[in-house]
Amino acid sequence: MNGRATILAALRDNRMEPQALPQQYDFPRPEGNLQKMFAQQVGAGGGRALQITPSMIPGFLLDGFPGARVASTDSRYAPGNEDLVTVRDPRDLASLDVLVCRAELGIAECGAVWLGDQALVHRASAFITQHLVVLLDPAAIVWNMHEAYSRVDVAEEGFGLWVAGPSKTADIEQSLVIGAHGARSFNVLLV
Amino acid sequence: MSLPSPEIPLPVVDHAGAAARFVADEARTDWHDEALWHVRQKRDASSAVVPEWEELRELASKIKDHTLSRLDTYLIQFETSASANGIHVHWARDAEEHNQLVYSILDRHQARHLVKSKSMLTEECHLNPYLEERGIKVIDTDLGERIVQLAGKPPSHIVLPAIHVKKEEIGQLFHQNLGTAADESDPQRLTEAARQHLRGKFLEAEAALTGVNFAIASTGGIVVCTNEGNADLGVHLAPVHIASMGIEKILPEPHHLAVFLRLLARSATGQSITVYTSHFHRPRSGQEMHIVLVDNGRSKHLGRKHFRDALKCIRCGACINTCPVYRRSGGYSYGSTIPGPIGSILTPGVDLKKYSTLPFASTLCGSCGDVCPVKIDIPKQLYRWRQTVMDEGGTTLTKRLAITLIGNVMGRPRLYRLAGRTIRWLLRRLPQRIVYARGNIWGRTRDLPDAPRESFLDWFKKAS
Repeated sequence: MNGRATILAALRDNRMEPQALPQQYDFPRPEGNLQKMFAQQVGAGGGRALQITPSMIPGFLLDGFPGARVASTDSRYAPGNEDLVTVRDPRDLASLDVLVCRAELGIAECGAVWLGDQALVHRASAFITQHLVVLLDPAAIVWNMHEAYSRVDVAEEGFGLWVAGPSKTADIEQSLVIGAHGARSFNVLLV
Repeated sequence: MSLPSPEIPLPVVDHAGAAARFVADEARTDWHDEALWHVRQKRDASSAVVPEWEELRELASKIKDHTLSRLDTYLIQFETSASANGIHVHWARDAEEHNQLVYSILDRHQARHLVKSKSMLTEECHLNPYLEERGIKVIDTDLGERIVQLAGKPPSHIVLPAIHVKKEEIGQLFHQNLGTAADESDPQRLTEAARQHLRGKFLEAEAALTGVNFAIASTGGIVVCTNEGNADLGVHLAPVHIASMGIEKILPEPHHLAVFLRLLARSATGQSITVYTSHFHRPRSGQEMHIVLVDNGRSKHLGRKHFRDALKCIRCGACINTCPVYRRSGGYSYGSTIPGPIGSILTPGVDLKKYSTLPFASTLCGSCGDVCPVKIDIPKQLYRWRQTVMDEGGTTLTKRLAITLIGNVMGRPRLYRLAGRTIRWLLRRLPQRIVYARGNIWGRTRDLPDAPRESFLDWFKKAS
């Protein structure tokens, strides 16, 4: 018997009595402003969430990242000087300074946003960039993970993720260090 | 029935001996203890703000119950959907088969550099030495794992691999291996040095290997959680992605992730979510993706009625952080890939003899069970494993005789009362050197209580 058949046979031999799958996953939303709670959670994760108008975005990027190599996948709102579509090998993104992209959804309870293939163009871009700037419509903030998964089709794109801050580690004596392997900063522009 | 030999053949993990060596350095023990307790406190604060915390634990436990009760069906469903997504799915009966599979994929692509993110399963399979013997350069990219890899050691904790290492020692390792200044011990600067060093490794790797936190049967995708972004950086740059996955990681549908993601990071480090929670459903254009489904004793464990709940474990480490024994004995004292309370109930199923001491490496205080996000009754399993170990004769003759003797006395009320009277009388009269003679193992590190004049029963009779 091959591995597959052996494993499946062993599992069938040791099958336990059927157990019901829970059906109820609704929990009440707390009182309060979701946008505020979201911003607070992003802050707790080491990032920043800012309310901003579309016209302020170019200034925000120029002031925050002067002279930077900026790739934007939402050029309607944010200008960039690097076109990800023309990059063939993701390794060529090693010197990317800033990625600006639009998230579909945000979660207030944990300060995470959803990014997929379309927003990233190159999957590596969100991780190899020195700084990550995410645009998010404040109306697209839900309360918790249960609501979030009812809105996102995780298999629609080949890759998608929740990002909730800058890359970090506490592997050296539990000291928090921002900027482990991925982005050193995480800004969410609510626009 | 034959008595077991007084000398159990090696290698039996000598947890007590290793723990004694660990606590010999008192200052370091306190430092280790406090570091872990700090993480436990962060977990408490982070779980307390979720009003439905207990309901989530219950849901998580029930979802796992359900999934395990039809694991074969869900694995087939997962295989079908993942294959339809263009992912190559492999099945490995044991560690050896897993390692062979991984090597054959790497060999086919002539990959010489492999970047790995955290995977306790590959530790369990001892993948790194297997690949290194065959000429593959394996780089662990999680900072903590890189630290212990440079030190030539395994992780001492499943979430905090280098929790036992001091920053000065890391500075020394980095000085020797990464060329940092000789006396550098600042975590910020050491982390930056590792970032620069590992960027080069990410860019040169021909393959990336990750673990799997969750797999979704209905959609055929996997979820990997990290804070550093190392798993993603490896996978999205390399032409080949291999994910090693224990067969128990399956969840039925994507929305079940919500329950587990709300529990996982809060239980592990006190964060509300890990920085990156990546869902892989299809390889990127031009990339190849493989998932290796590994049994390695899991299907057998499913058949152990009293112990199968341990398969619900999501590897958050909460039971380890809270354990008073782990905090004061260190991860290496367990001599197993997964240390702490969860390791002590998983490993006896792998090798009862070798790990026969681990179910005893506990005070049965119950804290591990209280913090477990999937409600594994760890204390109860520890207690049951102790019984199994005794039944199988897998303990020292001293312990066996002592337990048999105590069992006999406690099972006979009159004998028990007589023994109590005698011991109270003796304790008041015998000189210290006899009370604390070599045979009194308990008294080696503890003072015996002052012997009371009367027993509880005497007092109770008088009082009522």
